[in-house]
Order: sequence, then C-alpha cells, then structure tokens
Amino acid sequence: MAMSAEEIELLIKEHLPDSEITIQDLRGDGDHYSAHIKSKLFSGKTKIQQHQMVYTALKGKMGDQLHALAIKTSII
Amino acid sequence: MSNLDENTKDRIQTEIDASEVVLFMKGTPVFPQCGFSSMVSQILSHMNVEFKGIDVLVESSLREGVKAFSNWPTIPQLYVKGEFVGGCDIIKEMHESGELKQLFDEKNVGNS
Repeated sequence: MAMSAEEIELLIKEHLPDSEITIQDLRGDGDHYSAHIKSKLFSGKTKIQQHQMVYTALKGKMGDQLHALAIKTSII
Repeated sequence: MSNLDENTKDRIQTEIDASEVVLFMKGTPVFPQCGFSSMVSQILSHMNVEFKGIDVLVESSLREGVKAFSNWPTIPQLYVKGEFVGGCDIIKEMHESGELKQLFDEKNVGNS
C-alpha cells in the first residue's frame, strides 16, 4: 500500500500547521519518500521528540502503509 | 501499535541493560536484511563501536514489542547504555554532524 506525497503532506500539516514541508519521491514508485519538515513547534524538543511528532501526525501509517519515509526535521 | 506484554518488555530491558550498544535490526550485522539496518550497522562498524545486533525478524514479538517499548514505529533502533538514541535518519544525521561520536565519547563507549 503506497501513499501519495500529497497525502503525507496533508497529514503532517494537520498536526503541525505552521510546517514547511518538502517531500521527495525517491524512486518515483510512491513508496520511498524523504521529507524535510520545518516547524516552530520543534523548538525545545529533542530530535527523537521531533520525529515522534511527525510519526504522530502520520497516525500509525509509518511502518505500515508507508514503508520508507526518511525524515529530517529543522526548527524555523 | 500492538500492546507490549510483560515478558517482551522484560526481554528488551534485559538486552539493553546487558550490552552497552544494542541495535534492534532486520537481519544481522553480517547479513543485514534491510537497507536502513545495514546503514546503521555500517556506521557503527566504521566507528569501531562494538554492538550487539538483535535480529527482530527472528522473533516477531520483539519486532512489534520494541516499537511499543520505544514509542518508535520503525526498525532499526539504537540503544546506548540503556537509552534510546534513534532510528536510521537520526543516527545518520548525528554521524554526519559528529554528534554521534560525541555521544559515544561522553558515554565512554567504543575505543576512541
């Protein structure tokens, strides 16, 4: 089960409304993505917590429908 | 995410207490079965850090259990001295920035 880049972006935006998101479909197969997410909401959080916020936004789809999503987070 | 039963939780806790550096991974350090597990395994080897690789493909209870234990949805997962450090993306980023070496130095791990 693949997800589109738009779906991924929508889910993240819903949870982190201020975020700036750049998504790349690494192999053009709708199954291997990388996402760079920038948000003020990451401020004061550890890397682990920042990534957990993104995983929460994806509502359990990570590791399930979403096989490979490389995540990079930055604070704006 | 599936529930974590007490046996599995104890098993994971015992593993991360028993070795300084533990990598929950798909496959083994010699024969990784997944690119992400392979990458973290290679970074650790490159840094001459000894680690215990635990193959979650062998035991499905561990595969789901460690995700619940760490509140982290993917494998691999790296633990250093009982503390969760991250998955592939974080380890790679920390390696590139030098933070990983710093962490091992601070925790007196490896032969650096």
